[in-house]
Amino acid sequence: MIALVVRVENQVNRRDVLRLGAAGTLLASAALASTAGLAACSTAGPGAGTPAGASGGGGGSGGGGSGGLVFLSDQLSQTTESQAMRVQVLSGFSGGSVDFISFADTTKFITQVVAQAKAGAAKVDVIGGLQGDFVSLQAQVPLRDMSDVIGQLADRNFPRAYLDLAKIDGAYRFVPWITATYLMAASKQALKYLPAGANVNALTYAQLLAWGQALKKATGRPLLGFPASPDGLIKRFIQGYLYPSFTGGLNTAFDSPAAVTAWQWFQQAWAVSNPQSPTYAFMQEPLQSGEVWVAWDHAVRLFDALKSAPGQFVAFPAPIGPKGRGYLPVLGGLAIPATSKDVTKATQLISYLTEPKTAATMLNAEAWFPPTGPGSLPPGLAPGISDEATAIQATVSSPATIPAQLPVGLGAQSAAYDKVFVDAFTAIAISNAPIPATLASQATTLQGILHAANAGCWKPDPLGSGVCKVG
Amino acid sequence: MRRAVLRYTGAALLAAWVLFPMYLLTIGAFSVQSAIYHYPRDILPSLSWGTMRFFLDSQGVPTALGRSVIVAAITAAASAALGIPAGYALARYRFRGRDAYRVTIVSTRAFPVVVLSIPLAVFALQWGSYDTVWAVAFMHTALTLPFVVLISSSVLTAVPADLEEAAQVFGCSRPAAFARVTLPLAIPGLAAAGGFALLMSYNEVFAASVLTLERPTLPAFVLNALTSSPEPYKYAAAWLLMVPTFVFIFFIRRYILGVGRAR
Amino acid sequence: MASVSAPASQRRPVTPSARPRARHRGWTPYLLLAPSVAFLAVFFIAPLVQGIELAFTSTSGQYGLATFHSMLNDPGFLSALTDTLIMLAIVLPVQLVLAMAMALLVSSRPKGSGFWLYVYMLPLGVSELTSGIVWYSVFTQQGWLNSILTSLGVIHAPVIWLSYSNSLLIIATIVVAEAWRSTSIIVIILVGGLDAIPREYLEAADVFYASPWRKFWHVTLPLLRPALRTALILRTVLAFEVFATVIALAGGSLSVLATKANNAYTQFQEPHLAAAYGVLIMALSVLATAIFLAGLPVREERLP
Repeated sequence: MIALVVRVENQVNRRDVLRLGAAGTLLASAALASTAGLAACSTAGPGAGTPAGASGGGGGSGGGGSGGLVFLSDQLSQTTESQAMRVQVLSGFSGGSVDFISFADTTKFITQVVAQAKAGAAKVDVIGGLQGDFVSLQAQVPLRDMSDVIGQLADRNFPRAYLDLAKIDGAYRFVPWITATYLMAASKQALKYLPAGANVNALTYAQLLAWGQALKKATGRPLLGFPASPDGLIKRFIQGYLYPSFTGGLNTAFDSPAAVTAWQWFQQAWAVSNPQSPTYAFMQEPLQSGEVWVAWDHAVRLFDALKSAPGQFVAFPAPIGPKGRGYLPVLGGLAIPATSKDVTKATQLISYLTEPKTAATMLNAEAWFPPTGPGSLPPGLAPGISDEATAIQATVSSPATIPAQLPVGLGAQSAAYDKVFVDAFTAIAISNAPIPATLASQATTLQGILHAANAGCWKPDPLGSGVCKVG
Repeated sequence: MRRAVLRYTGAALLAAWVLFPMYLLTIGAFSVQSAIYHYPRDILPSLSWGTMRFFLDSQGVPTALGRSVIVAAITAAASAALGIPAGYALARYRFRGRDAYRVTIVSTRAFPVVVLSIPLAVFALQWGSYDTVWAVAFMHTALTLPFVVLISSSVLTAVPADLEEAAQVFGCSRPAAFARVTLPLAIPGLAAAGGFALLMSYNEVFAASVLTLERPTLPAFVLNALTSSPEPYKYAAAWLLMVPTFVFIFFIRRYILGVGRAR
Repeated sequence: MASVSAPASQRRPVTPSARPRARHRGWTPYLLLAPSVAFLAVFFIAPLVQGIELAFTSTSGQYGLATFHSMLNDPGFLSALTDTLIMLAIVLPVQLVLAMAMALLVSSRPKGSGFWLYVYMLPLGVSELTSGIVWYSVFTQQGWLNSILTSLGVIHAPVIWLSYSNSLLIIATIVVAEAWRSTSIIVIILVGGLDAIPREYLEAADVFYASPWRKFWHVTLPLLRPALRTALILRTVLAFEVFATVIALAGGSLSVLATKANNAYTQFQEPHLAAAYGVLIMALSVLATAIFLAGLPVREERLP
């Protein structure tokens, strides 16, 4: 990616040449068109089609926010989410109009920011993304140091842990904004097939498997489900849930006997999961249609089911494994591009977005929680939200939690790192490859990536010095 | 008589094959949201405007549609202006590099656009044409040009060169012979090539979403709804994208049928 | 072919004998090509060259074939290649037959042929994303196909059409979706080609052959060659690029080369690898184009 960007910069020198070329092209085609049309002995000649008097400027902006702030994000991109963002959240900002633009596709979001930074243009004022996005961005283009803004917002009481995550390349690159985690949701009709003595709030991996098997036995259908499409988050299940819960670690236990057990569990669970799972990006739809009765996914990607049919579904924490309950908190933040032209206004918007009142609206309208830690939620939660809040509370407060982290310090290698887990999943679950051999070959790739990034271990692996050692 | 019946049955079956999935999309876009998750799905569901109204009420759909139409019109005009001369050259002349040109022009289209996204966006930003209809239209012209060249060359090959040569014999210059004799015969096919460019441009999502920010085309505007929203919104957005094209196609249809009348 | 030359020779005396186009050596054709070449050079070939350059550099910036090496070692590379070729091998004949049927029906001009042609052209307005959404709603487990089959009493429990364990079935659903969406362009080209066949050829053929089938096989089809060739080239190049439909229907279950390129770029942020896949797709497209150009030669002197 960096090499790509460097190559792009060479283009600047060729710019004028190309401009000339374009002008020449247009002239040439105009000349040709006129020779064909005005030639002797032809009476009229309808011509090959003339430009339809296109308007020059391209019309007014969709958001009606010319002169306003541009707020670009890769979150809140679902139609209803971005509409709620505009109508309920941003309409309350007193510092002027805000054009909220959201891309479902993270790459497009990153492309926009990188291209603007490379061209020295400042079209975007505020960037809203996940911690991992900022890591990828910082690896390509510098983000503004946000220490001053975080200082001004001291009264927001951001938890230390979140501020630590915001530190990339030795400085705060974003202001904590929203949090979420991953949950399970089940259709109420599935509850009667729970194994004897099992309680959804303290479900073990063994019980979840037994539940899926009981469902298959009773209905004849595989009714578990995982978001295993390329746009789904199954990789986070493997990194933040399966590995920590079975091995207590991640990279240091990648190829361990406990990891083999974990994958064996997964293979068995996969056998009672809907074989259409590789097409699922969000689990809320298969839950609502009844293709899947028990599913794991990001809380925001389950919300539509919980909200539209509050009585039909239950939300509960991810299961507990032999080593405890692994879980992965998600942190989103707000950043300002280094090329920004109006830092004061951008800061005002960030301040507004982190106000408790705005955070309460975000929670009820968008199902994103404020970065203030559990137990400090506003009263009067919307349907669906209270279910998720309870499940999150149950996740965080259970005694045996193993909080995991998104990859730390991988920079440009983040995506290659994720690919190891997607490839392992594809080999083991889709292609039925033998587990130990797959893990052994992926372990080599994984170690290579960690070396290339010179990355140390992160939680739940034991923190130490030097490059993290794959075990 | 029996042959006519067979012919109509065949035509109707093929039409049903084309239309039925469109009908399914339509009722998906206009049914009550909960009906979509009900199984078995109902071929004649109770209808509702709810999902569609969400899009029609949200700001920006009409302006985005307008921009899409402008972009598509510029694309069609530009790719016709650039592509038809090239198609004519391929159809009427034997020259060194003819097949090389043909293969090259096709191969430009064979490279996944996604890989080119950063260079393209940087280009547009440097040229100051980022987030304008022109950047998108010129990008679309580059994407559609190869097809316009190929289609117009096959259209022009089909128009007998003899006629054009006869006109030259009677004292017309070559361009005049083209304009007076070949063009009227080829216009329907050439219009179809332009119409094809129009439709490709209207449906193109990728370049449009990379090259615009505040002023997206309609597909770029509803892209998120198409990729990551609950099913009912996907159906509504897809329906909204599809229906205006039926109007464009209506006009191309008349040109294509004109072939018969021209003779 | 011999059947074609008979009416052609009948026609010959009408036209001037000299054919300057065949021997032209001037600069006119180059002048006619120049605008398109200049335009593509500015707007497409410059970024394209950068893309190709990416494929031939490694992540550390050295020139060489390292990226192609890692492409060959990419898990799933071979299955993506074979699945792409299988998909193409099925979809192209299916589309040709469908399009030929549509085009022949339309150009036989039954009453309302304008309406039928309009209907057959409608999928031109359907984008790949839309097609993926429509056909996913048909083939998903609780989707339209199972709903209809259940209502008709054909099946009792929903069939899982998109199961990862049956990749041929998934390819079949992709073929159906593609045949629905992208047959129209072939129809248009073939209708244009059929209309350009001079009536006198067919009338002459009526004298020699009684059966419509033989007339189709010996007169129409050979004369349709240029149109068929264009249609095949266009469809092949575009079929290599299909990815949104594949992602919708196959998800993570199977890949084609275009989804590999796309995922390498968007999901795994490996522009070099994505570009290498791009170069491979391009090479295959050029190869297919060359095969169609060589395998279906159009002999200009035989054309009307």
